[in-house]
Amino acid sequence: MYAIEISKLTKYYGRTRGVLELDLAVEPGEFFGFIGPNGAGKSTTIRTLLGLIRPTAGSALVFGREARGHSRQVLDKVGYLPAEAAFYPGMRVREVLALSARLRGRDLAPQGRALCERLQLDPERRVEELSFGNRKKVAIVCALQSDPPLLILDEPTSGLDPLMQREFFDILKERSARGDTVFLSSHVLSEVQRNCTRAAIIRKGRLIACDTVEALARTNARRVTIRGSAPLDGLPGVRNRVRGDGGESFLYSGDMGPLLRALAAGQIADLSVSEPDLEEIFLHYYETEGEGHDAVEA
Amino acid sequence: MTLLKHELRQGRAALLIWAGCVGGLVALCVFLFPSMKGQLDQVGEVFASMGSFTAAFGMDRLSFGTLIGFYAIECGNILSLGGAFFAALCGVGMLCKEERDHTAEFLLTQPVSRARIVGEKLLAVLAQVAALDLAVFALAVASIAAIGESVPWKELGLLHLAYLLLQLELAGICFGISAFVRRASAGIGLGLAALLYFLNLAANIADEAAFLRYLTPFAYCEAADILAEGRLDGPLVAIGAALTLAGVAAAWLRYTTKDIR
Repeated sequence: MYAIEISKLTKYYGRTRGVLELDLAVEPGEFFGFIGPNGAGKSTTIRTLLGLIRPTAGSALVFGREARGHSRQVLDKVGYLPAEAAFYPGMRVREVLALSARLRGRDLAPQGRALCERLQLDPERRVEELSFGNRKKVAIVCALQSDPPLLILDEPTSGLDPLMQREFFDILKERSARGDTVFLSSHVLSEVQRNCTRAAIIRKGRLIACDTVEALARTNARRVTIRGSAPLDGLPGVRNRVRGDGGESFLYSGDMGPLLRALAAGQIADLSVSEPDLEEIFLHYYETEGEGHDAVEA
Repeated sequence: MTLLKHELRQGRAALLIWAGCVGGLVALCVFLFPSMKGQLDQVGEVFASMGSFTAAFGMDRLSFGTLIGFYAIECGNILSLGGAFFAALCGVGMLCKEERDHTAEFLLTQPVSRARIVGEKLLAVLAQVAALDLAVFALAVASIAAIGESVPWKELGLLHLAYLLLQLELAGICFGISAFVRRASAGIGLGLAALLYFLNLAANIADEAAFLRYLTPFAYCEAADILAEGRLDGPLVAIGAALTLAGVAAAWLRYTTKDIR
């Protein structure tokens, strides 16, 4: 049974597109990245998984069940971290954590305290006095304190300082190591590349790539940086040209022969060829009109 | 009952303020009774000669010379309108505030069914309305005892029962509305309470508008009718109960199926 299984998921808000015929499966124990810019459909997918919204067509299952109609059984296995955490006014952090625990029918005070200590969060503070980053920490503790087998995290690191981000990912890696599933929605590609084993890229509501992070980053496209100049205009396979002091950098996919001949015809003082990182691949998918995987073959 | 307790804690300050204001005003009016007692016959004559205004408030059929007549006229509007506003606000914000205040993602991603959320939130509304009524009733009885008058238990009880039913009806209807709106709920609730109040005034003034009394819960709170008959108007209360249940049913049907933004 998959931890997450999405089949032909389509969601429209009136006439506005949410997601279109999305297919996605996440195995138990995976550390899975879900990548896309704002408005791509990441939150719609997550909200459907959690039963907050109903699909127009298709299904979104968590451990074999839809959250709609089985919210108690499904959500008991899910820890959810929203992109923007909001809590009830007038409550202290420990009261919010206790409310979350009681709604789960459990006493999670020891786990909550331990997580607060790791994230340097004062449980006696009132939530309305907290900064955005500290409110995020409260949401993190709420999501993690019940030790759920599936963590769904929507832009989890926004607002956290780098040290806290590192601590947070250390906790996630510990959870992943013991078999919990982590579904990480993010547009910070470096954190997906560092932490996730597989990732999916969503664009305009459609899934455009889904593979291991390694495979997504492995492409026949190369980042080429030259110092000097070469007649590259019109050369097929050249994209993302960025001109700088005394040279330029660009992505190149295709046979190396034409590129080398073009470079040989120019004045090149220095040359480097490297694999693009996931960020570049991601941008490449998004800059390409039509279906992105035509341009970058994984 | 975790959510019920949570809602009661969240609404505690508002409840105390409303109970203090409505109960305090009622007690203040009662304390005015001894000093006005001697002048009440003249006041009654003045009120009886105010034409439609007199009929609108039922003052043509109530005696200012008795404590309960004075209470019904002076405190009746405070109790009915004040209680109605509180009940409307309480009901109309109960479900939609989660989306309005962006706490829906916290609450609705906990392992709690939407039916349970609706149920516990409804109980919270009912408990707060009942608590307000109990507090105001206690203050009314205490203030009547404090001025040395005997408490007219039956009449007072009937009046307060009518106000409780009025508040439950408004709370039920507004609870239903709460499942359909995302913001501006307070304005809708207060506006509805005020509209129903003025519909009752119109029904009292003009015979052509008498049918409006079947639409507004303020009609079965008419103190003059209650005190004259010694009971509440059964058919009007039944219509009110049906509207209350319709509001709750609408809330349940909508909230258990709606998309949460």
